[in-house]
Amino acid sequence: MAVDQSKIRNFCIIAHIDHGKSTLADRIIEATGTLTQREMQAQVLDNMDLERERGITIKSQAVRVIYKAKDGEEYIFNLIDTPGHVDFNYEVSRSLAACDGAILVVDASQGIEAQTLANVYLALDHDLDVFPVINKIDLPSAEPQRVIEEIEDIIGIEAQDAPLISAKNGINIDQVLEAVVHKIPAPTGDPAAPLKALIFDSLYDSYRGVIVFFRVREGTVRKGTKIRMMATGAEFEVVEVGYFGAGQFIPCEELAAGMVGYLTASIKNVKETRVGDTITQADRPCAEPLPGYKKVQSMVYCGMYPADSAKYPELRDALEKLQINDAALQYEPETSVALGFGFRCGFLGLLHLEIIQERLEREYNLDLVTTAPSVIYKVHKTDGSVVDLTNPTNMPDPSEIEYMEEPIVSAEIMVTTEFIGAIMGLCQERRGVYLGTEYIESTRALLRYELPLNEIIYDFFDALKSRSRGYASFDYEIKGYERSDLVKLDILINKEPVDALSFILHASTAYERGRKMCEKLKEEIPRHLFEIPIQAAIGSKIIARETVKAVRKDVLAKCYGGDITRKRKLLEKQKEGKKRMRQIGSVEVPQKAFMSVLKLDEE
Amino acid sequence: MTKADLGIYVHFPFCVRKCDYCDFVSMPGTPDEQAYYLRVLKKEIRGFEALENLYLVRTVFLGGGTPSIMETAQLERIMEQLREQYEFAEDAEITIECNPGTLTEDKLVRYREMGVNRLSIGLQSTHNEELKVLGRIHSYEDFLESYRLARKAGFQNINVDLMSGLPGQSVEAWEDVLRTVVALNPEHVSAYSLIIEEGTPFYERYGSTKGRLLLPKEKEERDMYHMTKDILGEAGYQRYEISNYAKPGRECRHNLTYWTGGEYVGFGLGAYSYLGGRRFGNPKDKQEYWEYARDAYRRYKETPPQTEQATMEEFMFLGLRMMRGISTREFEEKFHIPFQDVYGEPVRKMLAQGFLEEDGSRLRFTDKGIDVSNRLLVEFLL
Repeated sequence: MAVDQSKIRNFCIIAHIDHGKSTLADRIIEATGTLTQREMQAQVLDNMDLERERGITIKSQAVRVIYKAKDGEEYIFNLIDTPGHVDFNYEVSRSLAACDGAILVVDASQGIEAQTLANVYLALDHDLDVFPVINKIDLPSAEPQRVIEEIEDIIGIEAQDAPLISAKNGINIDQVLEAVVHKIPAPTGDPAAPLKALIFDSLYDSYRGVIVFFRVREGTVRKGTKIRMMATGAEFEVVEVGYFGAGQFIPCEELAAGMVGYLTASIKNVKETRVGDTITQADRPCAEPLPGYKKVQSMVYCGMYPADSAKYPELRDALEKLQINDAALQYEPETSVALGFGFRCGFLGLLHLEIIQERLEREYNLDLVTTAPSVIYKVHKTDGSVVDLTNPTNMPDPSEIEYMEEPIVSAEIMVTTEFIGAIMGLCQERRGVYLGTEYIESTRALLRYELPLNEIIYDFFDALKSRSRGYASFDYEIKGYERSDLVKLDILINKEPVDALSFILHASTAYERGRKMCEKLKEEIPRHLFEIPIQAAIGSKIIARETVKAVRKDVLAKCYGGDITRKRKLLEKQKEGKKRMRQIGSVEVPQKAFMSVLKLDEE
Repeated sequence: MTKADLGIYVHFPFCVRKCDYCDFVSMPGTPDEQAYYLRVLKKEIRGFEALENLYLVRTVFLGGGTPSIMETAQLERIMEQLREQYEFAEDAEITIECNPGTLTEDKLVRYREMGVNRLSIGLQSTHNEELKVLGRIHSYEDFLESYRLARKAGFQNINVDLMSGLPGQSVEAWEDVLRTVVALNPEHVSAYSLIIEEGTPFYERYGSTKGRLLLPKEKEERDMYHMTKDILGEAGYQRYEISNYAKPGRECRHNLTYWTGGEYVGFGLGAYSYLGGRRFGNPKDKQEYWEYARDAYRRYKETPPQTEQATMEEFMFLGLRMMRGISTREFEEKFHIPFQDVYGEPVRKMLAQGFLEEDGSRLRFTDKGIDVSNRLLVEFLL
């Protein structure tokens, strides 16, 4: 089945969060007529059964639909999903690399937001043709004309003929579909050339092995093709190729240049298929691989430990499986005195961390204890060497440190003018350096700040939202390292330092944070038969202290007659509770205490 | 062959009204239901006939519920049946639980005649407003009348149940309860702390973080407990178990059986037994119990004996509830293993921390140890 390249459109939808990206994607899938609304629902349900049966989650990464255009021709649309959050710029890059164009969705009342800009620049970096659509035009607060001007002024792309739509209510979706045909270029590439395909994602299926998602740039791949992964050198024979139906895999004969699809090849070892790698033909390789993506650097690190230390191998396997889907996830084994064996893991940002944590807990049924997230500090030692510090425990003795540097980000915060004061206050508290304000219109401004990364990895985003009643949006990129007055804060429970609770922070915030941590731990640590001091210290200097008072009373002053079992159960329940604790010296600390200190500012 | 000692517990689940804090197996019941219950109960007791040559009955406890709301003739028949089936020790302690307001002179006289020699009266408080909060059906005046009648009928061994830590109760109010009761001079006082149990109306009211604010604070509660020991002690009552106080020689022998690993058989809904090394409990659900009671004896026979480990644990966590504590020598005679090998470590720690004290071969909790005894007893689970 030869497919006419000129009838293929590979594109994605980019938007600020909540501007309607997913809803528009759903409308496109419905409106293309390959599926009725009812069938769609049925499909979704089927798919869920499948997931349950297999115990895997199929990430809906891409979908292929057939669109009959007004010119009477049928077009194949490959709609490729992109994550919207700033943490996932890297993932966005992956998806964009598989596309030839992008639809930019902008909310008709909110206009351009920080992530709108970030995503557009990313798309332009990938040489994609971008056309805008204005969404939510049926809202009373919609001002499409204002938003069109904003797009032209700020982004500098033509927007006068942007479709004015409501994805939610299905208004003018046909205009979007026609625009896809006319404004997004057809793919190019020679189907007869040696195979050259870019892996943009993959997932692991326990029956079929690794399922590789890719975009064919040159050549053709079909069942039986002997392929080679150019970076790893691993070779496989293709078992199946196919494309993405709505929530399911549909096998087909072959995928030629310009097509997007998947393949399976009995690939058992997840490390052999790297996202960003180029697939070629083993016996007729292409001359050189595609550029791939720029290597991502993990920005945030934390320790992850199984709550039940016997689950360490399971955690290792789970991390390995997650990594194939997510090259941005890094991990290496580490040991903590308090928490035992675990991993130091690197993430793109805090949201990425939370998602991984949740997936480990939900999909792999693991109970985790995570330590406070940390960024990478550069320690310049007196002997002239420079150490990258990802784990506070490894901080050298202060006498060996010449000075330290911390990562700084350039941040853009878009906010309505009434909240400028509040947001500037927040940035001030977070050691921000004010760079300037740009007024986008009379009521909205773009604030530029330089902020230390370690000030935004905990809860900056939440604080931003709450201080602007949800109106502020935020984007950042790493600017570089700057010298900073950093100290390591240690927590001592009953005079014993707890390595898993140590972290590095700016000297000016140490007292406040130390005090809050002690207060929080006081709430979390149950009373023991003795008094427990909880202290925060910098070096040998104690800067904060709380005390968990000794338990006064725990007695069963009641008889249950001859019902001994009931008494026993009471005691056994207590014993069971003790098992779920971490022993630090003679103190039993609940797992959840380690996590609670991550969320100090929440009420 | 000498017969082994046995305690018998018979459960009468019926009450005029269930109290708001109560989570025992109890409920109101129509006369028909009560009659049916007794028929099943008798059948269950009959099933254990085979034990007659093995045991000598030392204690009987007719508990509830409120046994004193049963028709006296029915209680008489149960007692007759027990005596027919088992040999009773001459000095057997036979207790009936009763609630103020359910006793009459006639009942009390007939209880005496059927051999009951100990009364346990659920007073809980001498303050009528507190009785109301608890959902009790009687007033303090009702109690005084019952108590007078009991003495008149010749009962010389009376226990009064009291409860501290009630919603809104002050330390002074509790002191007044104790002094008032002491003045009446019962032989035995059980002074419990209110425990908020799940599934009771009290749990709804006082189980939440907010609800707990209505209860005495921890310190007050502890003051009440310590005061109980002082006031009752001055009046000649010795604390012999965490919540039980008695004049010399008036300890409840039936309850001591529970705490010293003695054998007992429980008949009736939700009753518990420890017999021939087997621990088992009857169903708490009536329907299930009807089924079960028919061949309770066979089921008892099929129950596997509990492990020696469980028995050792009980030796400790039950024995240490008593103020005389446990004897390590007795432990070694019973289990043929050095005490130190099993519990040396936790005991050493608790002695050092002042939670336990040693007296020859005996170990017992100090007052400080009693206050946190649950935390300590956990250490004796192997």
